[in-house]
Amino acid sequence: MNEFEPKIVAFVCNWCTYAGADLTGTSRIKYAQNVKIIRFPCTGRIDFMLLLKSFGEGADGIIVSGCHPNDCHYTSGNFHARRRWIMFRGLLDMLGIDVRRIQYSWVSAAEGAKWADVVNTTVTAIRELGPYTDYAKVAGYLEKEANV
Amino acid sequence: MKELIQKAASLLETNVVQVVIGYGKGSADRTRAIFSTTAADCEQLIFDSRCIQNLAVYLTKAEIKKMGKPAIVAPLPVLRSILQLAAENQITDDSLVVLGVSPESELIEFESLAAIETYLATKQIAIEEKYQTTIKAIKAMPVSERFAYWVKELEPCFKCYACRAACPLCYCTRCTVENNQPQWISVASHSLGNLEWHIMRAMHLAGRCTDCEACYNACPMGIPIYLLTKSMLQDVSENFGTYGPSLHRDNTLSSFNPDDKESFIR
Repeated sequence: MNEFEPKIVAFVCNWCTYAGADLTGTSRIKYAQNVKIIRFPCTGRIDFMLLLKSFGEGADGIIVSGCHPNDCHYTSGNFHARRRWIMFRGLLDMLGIDVRRIQYSWVSAAEGAKWADVVNTTVTAIRELGPYTDYAKVAGYLEKEANV
Repeated sequence: MKELIQKAASLLETNVVQVVIGYGKGSADRTRAIFSTTAADCEQLIFDSRCIQNLAVYLTKAEIKKMGKPAIVAPLPVLRSILQLAAENQITDDSLVVLGVSPESELIEFESLAAIETYLATKQIAIEEKYQTTIKAIKAMPVSERFAYWVKELEPCFKCYACRAACPLCYCTRCTVENNQPQWISVASHSLGNLEWHIMRAMHLAGRCTDCEACYNACPMGIPIYLLTKSMLQDVSENFGTYGPSLHRDNTLSSFNPDDKESFIR
């Protein structure tokens, strides 16, 4: 199990977390390299289907991060996103999709250290949970069909 | 329902409306939607406990709009859908005549959409106890077991989209599931596509669903998809306090409150 390296996809907003992650780098803070960052204009733009697609493509964990409340570049994108995540999380929980594998956070452009911490703690948590096989097994059905 | 027939016929005779959307006799013991355009047609209108289809679904259809201004036979679930459609600016006071039918099968006439809201205020959506118990039981399962439960429940789905066709609030002319650049949802009837289709459908109805169960009634495989929407209704009321259609309140997901509370964002 120690050899398991979780694959983590991070959906981040351009204005806060992406800049924050940049600061982590320029501050020379080292953090886990398991994360693949995808930049979005705003957390409000992050469609819930994208999260499902990540799991379907074999992600073990997901980070969704953007501006702190009241800091949105577009005034209210993160407020809308927050409502959406509250509803989405409830639905996923109802369906038995492991909500512990999705970490939401607010990381501002000044919080380089927080970004490193968010990634590190998420990687540790997902490593403990192990590979996400439930969703992948269902998704694997596609591959099986393609191979026939 | 003599009163209903008379009222519908007079609306057509005076040319206040050009079509009456109501229930009529269907095949076997079932009822179906009928579209009366003359006073004589109205004789076929019926109303009883078998009339469970949500007629509000026709209000947004181009074919029906072409027929002219409609009057619609509206028992409680249809009234709720009408109010939600009005809240989403799909219909206005001038665009239809509502022939309400009370739970006691009495005709109620509504002056305006606002009158429907007043009437519905005393008839709030309530999730029946048996469903609450089922939802609770599902949520109490361990995560993997719950996932397996749903994969199995959704397995019979072959994506006929009857749930979408029956839902008055699924009125988009182009649906995400029909997008193939990129292909968001696999259209073959296997577990992943089924799961994602039902997640997407439930999410797009989040905070809008009026709990009419038309989707479930339409499902040829009897999949309990209402559990997802009912569970989301509960989530809306737990997290945001209010739910149910309203002309004065924005939809849950198209509005926000800076003080919205959650416990999972760090």
